[in-house]
Amino acid sequence: MNAAGFPLLSLLTFLPLAGAAIILTVRGTAEVVASNARWTALWTSLLVFALSLVLWFEFDTAHAGFQFEERLNWLPEFGVTYHMGVDGISVLFVLLSALLTPLCILASWESVQTRVREYMVAFLVLETMMIGMFCALDMLIFYIFFEGVLIPMFLIIGIWGGPRRVYAAYKFFLYTFAGSVLMLLAILALWYGAGTTSIPALMEWGVPKGWQHLVFLAFFASFAVKVPMWPLHTWLPDAHVEAPTAGSVILAGVLLKMGGYGFLRFSLPMLPQASADFAPLVFALSVVAIVYTSLVALAQTDMKKLIAYSSVAHMGIVTIGVFSFNQQGLEGALFQMLSHGIVSGALFLCVGVLYDREHSREIARYGGIAKVLPAYALVFMLFTMASVALPGTAGFPGEFLVILGAWQVSPWLALGAGVGMILGAAYMLLLYRRIAFGPITREGLRRLADLSPREHAVFAPLVALTLWMGIAPSSFTRFFEASVAQLLAQHQAAFALTRLAGVP
Amino acid sequence: MFVGAVFFPLLGACISGFLGRWIGDRAAQWSAVVCMALAAACGLAAFWEVALQGRPESVVLFRFLDVGDLEVAWALRYDTLSAVMVGMVTVISALIHLYSVGYMAHDETPGRFFAYLSLFTFMMLMLVTADNLVQLFFGWEGVGLASYLLIGYWYERESANAAAMKAFIVNRVGDLFFMLGMALTFYTFGSLEFAQIFAAAASHAQTSFMGVPALELIGLLLFLGACGKSAQLGLHTWLPDAMEGPTPVSALIHAATMVTAGVFLMARMSPLMEHAPVALSVVVVVGASTAFFAATVGCVQNDIKRIIAYSTCSQLGYMFVAAGLGLYQAAIFHLFTHAFFKALLFLGAGSVIHAMSDEQDIRRMGGLWRKIPLTYAVMWVGSLALAGVPIFAGYYSKDAILEGAIAAHSTVGLFAFVCLATAAFLTAFYSWRLLFLTFHGAPRAAPEVMAHVHESPAVMLLPLVVLAAGATVTGFLFMPYFLGDLQQGFWNGALFNLPEKGMMEALHHAPAWVPTLAKALAAGGIALAFVMYVALPSLPARLAAAVPGLYRFLLHKWYFDELYDRLFVRPLRRLAVLFWQVGDVRLIDGLPNGAAAIAAGMGRGAARLQSGRVASYAFAMIVGLTLFLTLLLLGR
Repeated sequence: MNAAGFPLLSLLTFLPLAGAAIILTVRGTAEVVASNARWTALWTSLLVFALSLVLWFEFDTAHAGFQFEERLNWLPEFGVTYHMGVDGISVLFVLLSALLTPLCILASWESVQTRVREYMVAFLVLETMMIGMFCALDMLIFYIFFEGVLIPMFLIIGIWGGPRRVYAAYKFFLYTFAGSVLMLLAILALWYGAGTTSIPALMEWGVPKGWQHLVFLAFFASFAVKVPMWPLHTWLPDAHVEAPTAGSVILAGVLLKMGGYGFLRFSLPMLPQASADFAPLVFALSVVAIVYTSLVALAQTDMKKLIAYSSVAHMGIVTIGVFSFNQQGLEGALFQMLSHGIVSGALFLCVGVLYDREHSREIARYGGIAKVLPAYALVFMLFTMASVALPGTAGFPGEFLVILGAWQVSPWLALGAGVGMILGAAYMLLLYRRIAFGPITREGLRRLADLSPREHAVFAPLVALTLWMGIAPSSFTRFFEASVAQLLAQHQAAFALTRLAGVP
Repeated sequence: MFVGAVFFPLLGACISGFLGRWIGDRAAQWSAVVCMALAAACGLAAFWEVALQGRPESVVLFRFLDVGDLEVAWALRYDTLSAVMVGMVTVISALIHLYSVGYMAHDETPGRFFAYLSLFTFMMLMLVTADNLVQLFFGWEGVGLASYLLIGYWYERESANAAAMKAFIVNRVGDLFFMLGMALTFYTFGSLEFAQIFAAAASHAQTSFMGVPALELIGLLLFLGACGKSAQLGLHTWLPDAMEGPTPVSALIHAATMVTAGVFLMARMSPLMEHAPVALSVVVVVGASTAFFAATVGCVQNDIKRIIAYSTCSQLGYMFVAAGLGLYQAAIFHLFTHAFFKALLFLGAGSVIHAMSDEQDIRRMGGLWRKIPLTYAVMWVGSLALAGVPIFAGYYSKDAILEGAIAAHSTVGLFAFVCLATAAFLTAFYSWRLLFLTFHGAPRAAPEVMAHVHESPAVMLLPLVVLAAGATVTGFLFMPYFLGDLQQGFWNGALFNLPEKGMMEALHHAPAWVPTLAKALAAGGIALAFVMYVALPSLPARLAAAVPGLYRFLLHKWYFDELYDRLFVRPLRRLAVLFWQVGDVRLIDGLPNGAAAIAAGMGRGAARLQSGRVASYAFAMIVGLTLFLTLLLLGR
């Protein structure tokens, strides 16, 4: 099953760049430029999304390997090729990125009024980088896209952000960049050893046992910051709070997933021994992250910060699942990443709706919103429930599977993962209660308008997906079933080999 | 029919919830009621078909999850246990819907209320018809959500919001254990489908997990989950607060849905629980303690709904004792009869509250019986059934549980018997305390309130009459099926009793003094209430003054709320602030920010060196050269 020599993935990756180029050529008054930029960006991203649906329908879920592959010689003397392809692990992330971008552009339609052209260009470039990263099958290409994501995001936070945007942007950049530099060293080391940067080839190669731990730590530095894992998480709340709404959506929806994806793409298949050795460390950090950040979320007074901390806790569930090395745990982690992408993105959009109207993220400034904005209250309630993993919503299957998977490692780990269920309910319901319930606290709130048609359009697909993922999760898990099974089989085989080799 | 019984309520919820704004309040209400009535018709038909005709059925809807060995589908499993529950839930819920049309007549957003009510029923139906633990958990959490929405229905009241959150979070604590129980079940059986679990249960009786028998641990974890939902001692604190919701909600929570879920879970898992004797003993002890605890607290409460709420808590204890003894049939029978008389009592209390212009304190009632005679009559029926007076429904089921506790011939059985017998006495006492204070004596309400007192409209009285009939006849009508000669064919293998224990047979050989004692206790309780509240009305106050410590202990519900506040809520709040302000801001952020500050300081220092003055540079060069030469010479 291939799109018959048609370079679909490259098209998906570079089409946004073409859109960005068109936007840059627009001339005229500021008004005209802004309007053109918005429409061009929206249509480009919608086109990308429509094309990406080909993946949904044409992807062969029974096949575990890479599909839609493209290969071009690039630097043959260094063993570097331009190699794109998707497997069950990455395909849905491509779709997620392609879905969230048009929604983000739509969500910024009115809230961004300064430098609209540059803003839209940044978003399209960001889309290119994200999709490219999930499709890349060559480490060097991967690294370029992985780092490339930083630039538009840095600009989005630093230019269109809140009052402390410069601090937040630098913090975001330095944290992630410091990790990435170490990853570059790891990539160089692997290239030095294997003579190639092709990801499929490296998966076959088998990294020498002596190297595995160092290489793992180097990768870990980069991915753990991205996830983010405790105690490397503090860049996230700041970045979220200062970023514009759409920036937060992409940050939570896609950028955090790059870490989890990296673990699945590199650490587990290439470094099985080190992954197994470091798993207890990851578990410990994850459980700390879940309990610690959930408690911190409980004390927040800023809506965005609260949701940002909840993201850290949810990603703790993901890392537990990834390192549980069993089918339920891994698929649960993947599902949790996808659902978190939808749900936390939607929650940030919910905050954005209020912010656009009242220009405040202070929880205390709201109260009794349900009376004034009933449609909004319903949507917000749904995503709140999805965030606390209520069965029937997107949040449940992932968390449930991870707990099943974690139990097979250790019941205490499952308990640690499960404590998040209680604390999550506490902080999310507290947030909802303070914002939507209670008497109307200020007269000004009575004048607020309910969701506009544009906002309905933004939320409708997210609502539909949240319910769909909750009621029929198997229509999503079928994508990664085969790939995860193969990954596990290889992992176990490699582990058995190294163990055999270790026996004198 | 099978699908209709479950999904009509969902349809009703969607119509009244989403279309309510367009079709108007009246249409929204009645569409929910009609959908519920259709569901009740389907439910009764299913009960007839499955339970009485003995034709179990299973409807698979579609695949839910398929991950490795884990395969889960949405399916409706109709065996006798499900059919009993479906029939009971749909009928009671339909009556409560009908009643709500009258009760919520003056409400602003009845569409929303009916949507929640129907959603609640739907979730409970999904729970009882589940054919795997995951779907059961879906319903389980779903009723949690719906109860959260309903308890906090009047969301402008802070107390309602607090109660709703408390209900959800306390339930979540139980749900965590349920989730872990599922994980261990999957780990042990490799499946979460009931059919596969039940088939393999006996062969796993010896399997151990971390040195403990796996089935015992599963049983305990699931029971802890059930404790949350069914408000057993320790996790009961949400139930009395749940009274913040409108009265029909209380009736639904306490009678048909939600709190019975835990008992249902124990019965549903009977093939597994039977192989976990220690877990069952824990169930008995906790259930018996809850029955006793709630009964003592019920005696001193003054809010009419809270008294009934504690009686629910207490009756749930009875059901758990029955389940723990291995008498699942008796547990479900008591659940079944209890549903009728508890719904009756709550709706009757609602009728009183309605008449009294929303007054709930029984100290400010009295002398109502002439003004609202029908409500008075049905409250009598409900109380008679609750106290277990012969002929009425509660008598048969309660009696069976007491006899079972003796027939078990064990220490825990004896403990349970003592607790339950005391509770039975107290139950009769506080029920009649409620009746006497509410309906008899001189009116204690303000005259203008009393002038307003009126009997409720027909739409509210009709459900009361139907439920009163149910509370009267369901006991002796269904006794032969649930526990008597016809039970084998009736249950048709839906419940499992370990043959070696022979509890069902032992039940029939219980000593004859047990029923006599039960009747005597009920009569004694009623008599004591008569003495204290009719004959010598000054006695209660003197008694409270005589033992103030005990009185306060009971009035504060054994100080559970205060204890949890000290133990969990406040320390966690403090920890949250500590983690945030010290952990994140000072330690984790302090390091990089400090490093940045040092780097910036060094940069500024270095910049100062490059001053552009030739003399300074020359001086530095000379110093450097001297040092270099010195080192060179010394090194040689």
